[in-house]
Amino acid sequence: MDLSFSEEQNMLQESVSRLVRDHYSFQRRQQRLEDGEDLWLRFAELGWLAVPFGEDQGGIGGGAVDVGIVMEGIGRALAVEPYLPHMLASQLLARLAPEPLRDRYLSPALSGDCRLALAFIEAGGRYCPWFCATAASESSDGYQINGAKDLVPGGQSADAYLVIARSHGDTRDRQGLSLFLVEREHPGLQVRRLRTNDAAGAVQLTFENLQLDAGARLGDADQVWPELEHTLDLGAVYQAWEAVGAMAALSEVTLDYLKTRKQFGRPLGANQALQHRMVDLFIAVEEARSSALCAALAMDTDDADERRRNVSLSKIAVDRCARLVGQEAVQLHGAMGVTDELSVGHYFKRLTAIIASFGDSEWHARRIHRLDTASLSSSSQPARSQSWN
Amino acid sequence: MELSLSPQQREFAEQVREFVGARLPRDIADKVRRDQHLDREDHMRWQRILGEQGWHAFTWPEQHGGPGWSIVQRYLFEVICAEMNCPIIQPFGPRMAGPVIYTFGTDQQKQRFLPGIRDSTVWWCQGYSEPQAGSDLASLATWAEDKGDHYLVSGQKIWTSYAHYADWMFCLVRTSKTERPQTGISFLLIDMRSPGVEVQPILMLEGTHSFNTVFLENVKVPKENLIGEQDNGWTYAKFLLEHERVDNAAIGVTKAAMRRLKEIAASEHGDDGGTLMEDPLFHRKLVEVESQLQSLEVTALRILSQVAAGEAPGPAASLLKIRGTEIAQRISELASQAVGYFALPYQPDYLHDAGSETPVGPDHAATAANNYLWRRCMSIYGGSNEIQRGIIAKRMLEM
Ligand SMILES: Cc1cc2nc3c(=O)[nH]c(=O)nc-3n(C[C@H](O)[C@H](O)[C@H](O)COP(=O)(O)OP(=O)(O)OC[C@H]3O[C@@H](n4cnc5c(N)ncnc54)[C@H](O)[C@@H]3O)c2cc1C
Repeated sequence: MDLSFSEEQNMLQESVSRLVRDHYSFQRRQQRLEDGEDLWLRFAELGWLAVPFGEDQGGIGGGAVDVGIVMEGIGRALAVEPYLPHMLASQLLARLAPEPLRDRYLSPALSGDCRLALAFIEAGGRYCPWFCATAASESSDGYQINGAKDLVPGGQSADAYLVIARSHGDTRDRQGLSLFLVEREHPGLQVRRLRTNDAAGAVQLTFENLQLDAGARLGDADQVWPELEHTLDLGAVYQAWEAVGAMAALSEVTLDYLKTRKQFGRPLGANQALQHRMVDLFIAVEEARSSALCAALAMDTDDADERRRNVSLSKIAVDRCARLVGQEAVQLHGAMGVTDELSVGHYFKRLTAIIASFGDSEWHARRIHRLDTASLSSSSQPARSQSWN
Repeated sequence: MELSLSPQQREFAEQVREFVGARLPRDIADKVRRDQHLDREDHMRWQRILGEQGWHAFTWPEQHGGPGWSIVQRYLFEVICAEMNCPIIQPFGPRMAGPVIYTFGTDQQKQRFLPGIRDSTVWWCQGYSEPQAGSDLASLATWAEDKGDHYLVSGQKIWTSYAHYADWMFCLVRTSKTERPQTGISFLLIDMRSPGVEVQPILMLEGTHSFNTVFLENVKVPKENLIGEQDNGWTYAKFLLEHERVDNAAIGVTKAAMRRLKEIAASEHGDDGGTLMEDPLFHRKLVEVESQLQSLEVTALRILSQVAAGEAPGPAASLLKIRGTEIAQRISELASQAVGYFALPYQPDYLHDAGSETPVGPDHAATAANNYLWRRCMSIYGGSNEIQRGIIAKRMLEM
């Protein structure tokens, strides 16, 4: 056992820290948001977009921990560059796209020339990840798509979307899901821009008789659920690392405030009541860091149930810590904490969005419950455990 | 001991319901029901209707032009108003400036200021906090120089809610420098149109503009605007703070929020089909806060019946403030959780009932998330919950 970073990971972390330090002071972040600029091409130059891909695909062969290292920096920086949605979509592309599609999109995705986002959220399904009403009906030379993806986080700057659509079955079936690549300018696609509380932005996609040829499909028809599930787990893991970065930065900012702000003739931090609360923030950050690490390592196992359990346990732990750190940091800043002017409120909003994404604690608790109860009966019915997830 | 209402109280409740039903403008009620933001005009329109009925200053005794209601009547009034989607009555005039003026003001001040508060023709704001004087309010530094028949006031107030709407500000200023910071403070009424008053907005984290910073530069304030005695303002300020804390329990509004949370849970889809209300894990959380609310309501009634018997609420008011705000925050958090991913979008047009774009996701989603973010401030204003805990520890538990 060794839980320390490798030489390469240390270097990656150093490169991430440097960019965050040099370019993501809160003021510069706000300024860029106002100017509508981002540092996507810097991400590409630094190789961040290529982290989890094999060398044969032009990547650097990293795993979930390596992407996590970048995500932690993104959390600390409050960066709104859509790194997470892009990575999820491009990893799916690399794994599932037929060759012509992969040749066309993958290297631009790694070089920063083509941005991708994953469209999987619909109103009406809450966190049910296989809920899908958007229909893909087979037509003579391909598919016709109708429906909507009501929220595509990070989709504002995407050049193409990977869209989950139902090619068979009912809205709540796990079977019958297929994946398609749809370019932003494709006829029949309507893109509505949405603002978000965390400033990252999103879009709503509406498909009206949108025609795709069969070559636009990734992976097997009707069979994409296991891949989608794996990808959403990956999303929860990446996001956990982002949360750790945001929490660590937020608790540092708060500690600093408690040491400098004076009331009643002494620093706020001289009050033991506040010292103990600050200590709880410190502990929460360490807890979240361990949970995020554990979930990232679990992405490498071949045992899907093991992966599910670890990712869900981690999501629950990280949400709990993120909620505590976000709410307490605001509270300990007094009225300054509820203004738009300090970074505090913005970290809080991002952490709140993280808690609300990739399943809430209840969804993950239920998933663990399914695993626990399945293993209860697995001795008598071992064959069934496959279908439980 | 009796928790249910007497026939007279029921009749009173009926009368309030009838009035609100007949006079509350539809568009305003709709906005409140949808949790949208109200503008100055919305508040004033409703408050003037209440004013005509003599109910705007509903906590005032008859001798000052109030309805002279009992504690229970006031409580019923608030609960019914909230239940029927009335806007919250802005407290700065009727709950803050008014009682200070009729308790400590001169006859001339009463004649001049009370009618505008009763009728809601004047908007007041509260100028207490300063950049360096938050929890430690007594360390305030805004200086009022005695110039014979007037003061010249200079300094900076901050977090002043609705200063940008206000006609008048009641303000704490320093009139002498003494050993004990509490002793040199005076209570002044300042016309917001005086030369030298400058209001600058401060945006809140969820995007609203409600508080401000107010710069005062050599603002001339006639001596007739001094409340009570010079240097004795701390006494009046403390009187007011205690009132504010009881109000901050806001039971009526919180009960309405609880009901709304249940409506949301009943209309949202659960993860596994059915409604969110049918999801036992979510429902457990909902019941948890509902049980706290029930207990808070009865605690409030217990404290109110003490007050009715002539006792001051004292430090018990702090208890109401702490739990009242925590429960309201929790309800808003669950409403935000209820809408799942649709807590992410920020849809200011819908929040302000402006523009024609329909919100993405269910209608209530746009306001639920915003409300949660906004409500974090409840445990900070009105004396933070940490300060309230300190008051209980010191004054009730004598620790
Ligand atoms: C939405 C909103 C509206 C407001 N409206 C008005 C208004 O209209 N007029 C007005 O005058 N003011 C207004 N305020 C200001 C409010 O009264 C102050 O924010 C409050 O008194 C706290 O002061 P502060 O913000 O400076 O925080 P600080 O006093 O700096 O406190 C920071 C943190 O430290 C804690 N803390 C401080 N001292 C202690 C201690 N001794 N022990 C333990 N914990 C401590 C606080 O509880 C808080 O969590 C408003 C505030 C808000 C958020």
